Amino acid sequence: MTTNGWEPVVGLEIHVHLKTRTKMFCRCELAYGAPENSRTCPVCLAHPGTLPVPNRAAIEATIKLGLALGCRIAPRALFHRKHYFYPDLPKGYQISQYDVPLCSDGRFAVPAPGGDREIEIVRAHLEEDAAKTVHVGGESGRIGGAAHSNVDFNRGGTPLVEIVTRPDLHSPEDARAFLQLLRQTIVELGISDAEMEKGTLRADANISVRRAGERALRTRTELKNMNSFSFIARGIEAEVARQVAVWESGGEVTQQTFDYDAATGKLRPHRTKEEAEDYRYLPEPDLVPVEPPAELVERLRAEVPELPSSRVRLLMDAHGRSYESALFIGRLPFADLFREMIKAGWHADDAEHALMNTFSAIDVRPELENLAELYRVYAVRHELPRPVVIEATSASSRAGFSAEPYLAQRAVADLSELDPVIDRILAANEPQVAQYRAGKEGLLGFFVGQVMRETQGKASPQVVNERLREKLKS
Amino acid sequence: MAISRDDVLHVAKLARLALTEDEVARLGEQLGAILEAVGKVSELELDDVPPTSHPLDLVNVWGEDEPRPSLPADDALANAPERDGDFFRVPPAAAVETP
Repeated sequence: MTTNGWEPVVGLEIHVHLKTRTKMFCRCELAYGAPENSRTCPVCLAHPGTLPVPNRAAIEATIKLGLALGCRIAPRALFHRKHYFYPDLPKGYQISQYDVPLCSDGRFAVPAPGGDREIEIVRAHLEEDAAKTVHVGGESGRIGGAAHSNVDFNRGGTPLVEIVTRPDLHSPEDARAFLQLLRQTIVELGISDAEMEKGTLRADANISVRRAGERALRTRTELKNMNSFSFIARGIEAEVARQVAVWESGGEVTQQTFDYDAATGKLRPHRTKEEAEDYRYLPEPDLVPVEPPAELVERLRAEVPELPSSRVRLLMDAHGRSYESALFIGRLPFADLFREMIKAGWHADDAEHALMNTFSAIDVRPELENLAELYRVYAVRHELPRPVVIEATSASSRAGFSAEPYLAQRAVADLSELDPVIDRILAANEPQVAQYRAGKEGLLGFFVGQVMRETQGKASPQVVNERLREKLKS
Repeated sequence: MAISRDDVLHVAKLARLALTEDEVARLGEQLGAILEAVGKVSELELDDVPPTSHPLDLVNVWGEDEPRPSLPADDALANAPERDGDFFRVPPAAAVETP
């Protein structure tokens, strides 16, 4: 994408909490939402004399992710200390990786209408997360003006993978598309929930712009604290626009970090005091190197499932789906369901519509066979009201679900059942009936609402509409 | 190898140390002596020697992902200079200098 001859150049840094049972360097249990400071020990509180012990499951999860991203797995990887002082980091340093990360030099393909976009992965390394700081006093938890800060060390020491891309993204939309597919890949690998709203996936963007055709990179800025895919896209858009304006007015972009404020759509300088980073990395003397044995790497390689990118590509190429829908339908087990629906004679548009509308309304783990049966019935009974299909979809995850009897019980489509309800409602609302007949046809919605309430949403709105019009005519 | 006054001040600042003029001079000398001693190594031919990251000849020391009991919050907070409920209470984060 270029705007007025300017090309955005964006690289991303993604942090993902690993879904292990315990922390990275101690065996405190990870429990999102547990009472504050109830999951700590001398190691994660940095008491003197304690020693870190790496979590084997976290190392395996990182290698697995590296393999899924096509990375080279280091034959010998090291942990380093990264020093800085902050209340959320009790040791005064974070254990991270520096010059020899576990995974490096990968590539990630994002299907796009004109062919895949290849994003190079510089590295994926393992580190520990900091504790959570809550700013008290001052406006809405912001640092500025806070009277004091409270620290909860439950999160401190959570295994965190940092994925760094090359600046291969050239529009806010590309960045969003990449992140969405990366997230889906991480979720399907089973190594993280990767939920932005919970903070188990966080993304920062490095942004610069250059004249179309220019090869060198100009000064970049960093954008932090964006907690949804849309905000990331909008944040990048805002920062690109700002930089273009700076260059075009003869100014110069300076290296800076911004927060994106989703409420105002504005960028805010991240820290008042900006100095060059000086983390004084040194090899962590309390930890020995990690040399992943070949058998381990091969076992993990075998555990990497089919990745969503291939399903997304197929849905786009063979079934004409947009990237967004392909991403949605391409999730397991919807992809299989979609295939079954197509086989059962559904038009791809209808199948997409049915899946996206029903599944965005519920949050259950689908039982594929039950769902397939339900949708085979739905395929021939398009008139089934949406609330019923949503309810049935939700119910289909339970054992013993059978679509036919369930729908027969729930759906009031039969006129012999519907007519008495309609008659009763018309009788109970004589003034409105009179008004309607006198020309106030907008009241139809009122009657429909009454019938839907009476049938608890089981009636088909179309059938109710038709039937009401007919009855009100006479 | 000599270490400049600016380097001493920079390192002191990163370590949050406020040094007197005398200390800057004395520590500068001491740090210089340490660097000189370590610098001896560079007199050797070491192109073929891999860097040592750890004195022990061990790799892959790790633990299984099995939870162990954590401290009760009161124990965890026992040494906290200040607490707010079960939180560690610290000065406002903006007042903490970041490197």
